[in-house]
Amino acid sequence: MRWLALFRHGDWLVSLLGISFCAASFPLAWHGGVAEKAVIKRGGEIFAELDLSRNRQIEVPGLLGVTTIAVEKRRVRVVSDPGLHQYCVRQGWLERAGEIAICAPNQVSVQVLGGKETYDSLSY
Amino acid sequence: MTRSVIELTTTPEDHRIAQLAAAAIGLALIDAAIPLPLPGVKPGLSNIVTLIVLARYGWATAVWVSGLRVIAGGLLLGQFLSPGFFMSLTGAVLSLLVLGLAIRLPRRWFGPVSWSILAAFAHISGQLLLARVWLIPHNGLFYLVPLFASAALAFGIINGLIAARLLAELPDILLADTR
Repeated sequence: MRWLALFRHGDWLVSLLGISFCAASFPLAWHGGVAEKAVIKRGGEIFAELDLSRNRQIEVPGLLGVTTIAVEKRRVRVVSDPGLHQYCVRQGWLERAGEIAICAPNQVSVQVLGGKETYDSLSY
Repeated sequence: MTRSVIELTTTPEDHRIAQLAAAAIGLALIDAAIPLPLPGVKPGLSNIVTLIVLARYGWATAVWVSGLRVIAGGLLLGQFLSPGFFMSLTGAVLSLLVLGLAIRLPRRWFGPVSWSILAAFAHISGQLLLARVWLIPHNGLFYLVPLFASAALAFGIINGLIAARLLAELPDILLADTR
């Protein structure tokens, strides 16, 4: 094995580190699976499930007023919300499985889910 | 009016760098001709030259050879100052920086294979960062990290082995004729 003889001890170490980095990167980058649907909750209960492949806009009546949520090009976002700080609106587009926007004052949340159920981003 | 003659005095060092860079540019052209499924994944054959130069002549010469290869390769492939050129430049700069550190590792244990792997990872991280900041400002890009990392590892090992074998079997390789 003339090629193997060219590996020095440290080269094996560096190769192993490289392999473990690659192995670790697969689940880290792809853990959520492909984003399939957006689940909208109001007051902790599921209000609607939107298929991300169909563009549409939905209005969710919450505690303070109406939260508008839009699906477009396999992404979802909160368009408007009566909340004071607008955190969920400013989060912008959600497109990866596991991403979530919570409009706490209005008790409305929208989360992107993949084909398989995984951890949600809050349980980490 | 006096006639002016521009005379370039070149040193043997210049000749050597030019010859080595020519070899690297040739390999870069072959590189570009190899079809691969994912844009951005390339074997990086010209890095074999960089590795051998690094072992034979040190880091400064490697910087020259690599820099000339990026610029001349960009001109020949018609991508000079295009996004592809800057990707290649960023990759080269980062891998040269890492190589500068890598050659300080004890030679008994760490050879061209280690250098090549480290440089390949530096190369791809630089390119991914530039792509993220400039070309595709979107985190979806990081979906591709596992593919790029695996390609970097595979081609890094292969190029490192080729460089190591050439260095071992042809002690005179790239001892350019500088007459």
